[in-house]
Amino acid sequence: MSYKGRDVYMVSGGVTKFAKASPDMDFRLRVKKAFDYALNDGNITIQEIDGSVASYFSDHFQRQLMAGIMVNDYLGLSPKPSKRIEGGGATGGLAFQTGFEEIASGRMDTCAVYGFETMSHVNTWKGNEFIALASDTNFDYPVGGFYTGYYAMMANRHMHEFGTTVEQLAKVSVKNHGNAIHNPYSQSPMKLTVQDVRNSPMVSTPLTRLDVCTMSDGAAVAILASGEKAFEIADREGTKPVKIASIGTGTDTMRLSDRPFGRVPLLSNEKESDYKDLKYPGIHSFRAGRTAAKEAYKGAGITDPLNELDLVELHDAYTSSEIQTYEDLGLCKYGEGGQFIDEGKSELHGKVPVNPSGGLLAAGHPVGATGIMQAVFMFWQLQHTVKKHFKDDTLQVKNAKRGLIHSHAGTGTYVAVSIMEAVQ
Amino acid sequence: MTLNPDAKMEETQKGAEVYNVDPLIVKSHYEIDYIHSYAQDSEFFRALGKKKLMGSKCTNKKCGYVYATPRGHCMICGSETEWYELPNHGKVHAFTTCFFGGEEFLSETPFNLAMIEFEGVNSLFMARLIGADAEDLYIGMPVKAKFRRNQKFSPTDVYFVPDVAKK
Ligand SMILES: [Zn+2]
Repeated sequence: MSYKGRDVYMVSGGVTKFAKASPDMDFRLRVKKAFDYALNDGNITIQEIDGSVASYFSDHFQRQLMAGIMVNDYLGLSPKPSKRIEGGGATGGLAFQTGFEEIASGRMDTCAVYGFETMSHVNTWKGNEFIALASDTNFDYPVGGFYTGYYAMMANRHMHEFGTTVEQLAKVSVKNHGNAIHNPYSQSPMKLTVQDVRNSPMVSTPLTRLDVCTMSDGAAVAILASGEKAFEIADREGTKPVKIASIGTGTDTMRLSDRPFGRVPLLSNEKESDYKDLKYPGIHSFRAGRTAAKEAYKGAGITDPLNELDLVELHDAYTSSEIQTYEDLGLCKYGEGGQFIDEGKSELHGKVPVNPSGGLLAAGHPVGATGIMQAVFMFWQLQHTVKKHFKDDTLQVKNAKRGLIHSHAGTGTYVAVSIMEAVQ
Repeated sequence: MTLNPDAKMEETQKGAEVYNVDPLIVKSHYEIDYIHSYAQDSEFFRALGKKKLMGSKCTNKKCGYVYATPRGHCMICGSETEWYELPNHGKVHAFTTCFFGGEEFLSETPFNLAMIEFEGVNSLFMARLIGADAEDLYIGMPVKAKFRRNQKFSPTDVYFVPDVAKK
């Protein structure tokens, strides 16, 4: 499998402030706010948009079928082409990649990718039930019916295989909630200690309330363009495109129980002998994440991710999944994820800042918007415009030239990884 | 033909449940019964009534992958599988105790979830584990399958308990 197509750029983005509930706006108005922000910031007119991709996860949450076209209609994009993309938690990342494909194929010169989710339509426990319906309804939903339970078992196994500790998980929560203090779009900025995380109510052993992301209302928009169009737009005042260097996507079995016990698909900085006795992925690692990273690294020519990436925004729905994902992405070897956070490598001023925005844990996780939110935050980082958008430059990663965004679904069932690069 | 400018919609006592006035937020009820077929998985659910835990095995002799959670076709080679009776004894591969849950199961908390591994079987089975508190659970813990007498035709018709001598 290899990619041949036109170069694709991101030319603008917008995000609404994520909140537990924001009933003053419906999903259409929320997207409209993010869309207008993006058009205005990119100095782009709506007439220049060739088509769109709608990103939202759950018809249960929305209780409105064809909500995607209602947004398209509200934005004034009809009768231009549009489609909806859905893939659980990875919906946003997959939709972003679909927008990439619309441009790369030569079909469109500009594409608006918009994502949204309104999770406040139901209470938190009903929301958890809706999310659990994204597990096999014959064998998994009726037994557990709770995603945190599934992730807790994966964390439990990761701890058993590699000696990962609950304190290491807690450090991810401390880092991401702390970063969010400087992100005005975030839902849960908090100054925490490891003890605070461990003392918060136990949800599903070993994961506490602060190891788990919350339900959110929110929207995000990314506007993508071909090279020619991107540089035409860049000639206008105050805009600078960011290249989407490559995309990668992986999948895995729907049921956690079906995950095989085989060999690790190696990255170019790994050897067979690194994992002699490791049965992979089992339920401790995400094969889809590794597969997506491999494809994306090949496309962008990355052979040493830790040294060739300046920052990462990854899908930390759980603190444990951030640690598991360090390994899937090859930022460290399998088994070294806990040590990676202990050594501070993923801290804001560490070797490769991970989730400087606060991630899902603290910025929020309005599912269909999340992967696009990551793209927007990454875009601002690589444009070096964090100060302009956040009114605070604490989170601006100095010399950020290349970043990775990672969007993840189910128990690691779909994973989308995209590499973005600053334009000189 | 009727052309009646005095026609009136019937007024009823049914009202709306209003949570907030500005913005106006009302309760919207939705409920549905599905006609759910277990289709090719049906035998698994029927067998639980006979105290049998059925997995499946790939019929391709060169493959022969054995699934603890049955599937009609093999994920490795695409061949059809046949039913395969699992041992009643297994081990805990991973576990958790849920203190919260989805709304449907919230009243059952706290409950233990476990991934069960079986000797000679290539995949796992997710189940409830009872008869042990959160602090009693460990990876490798021997467990045995038990079956509900009154079947609900749910995968929880089978559950696991610690495989230890009776007190
Ligand atoms: Zn087979």
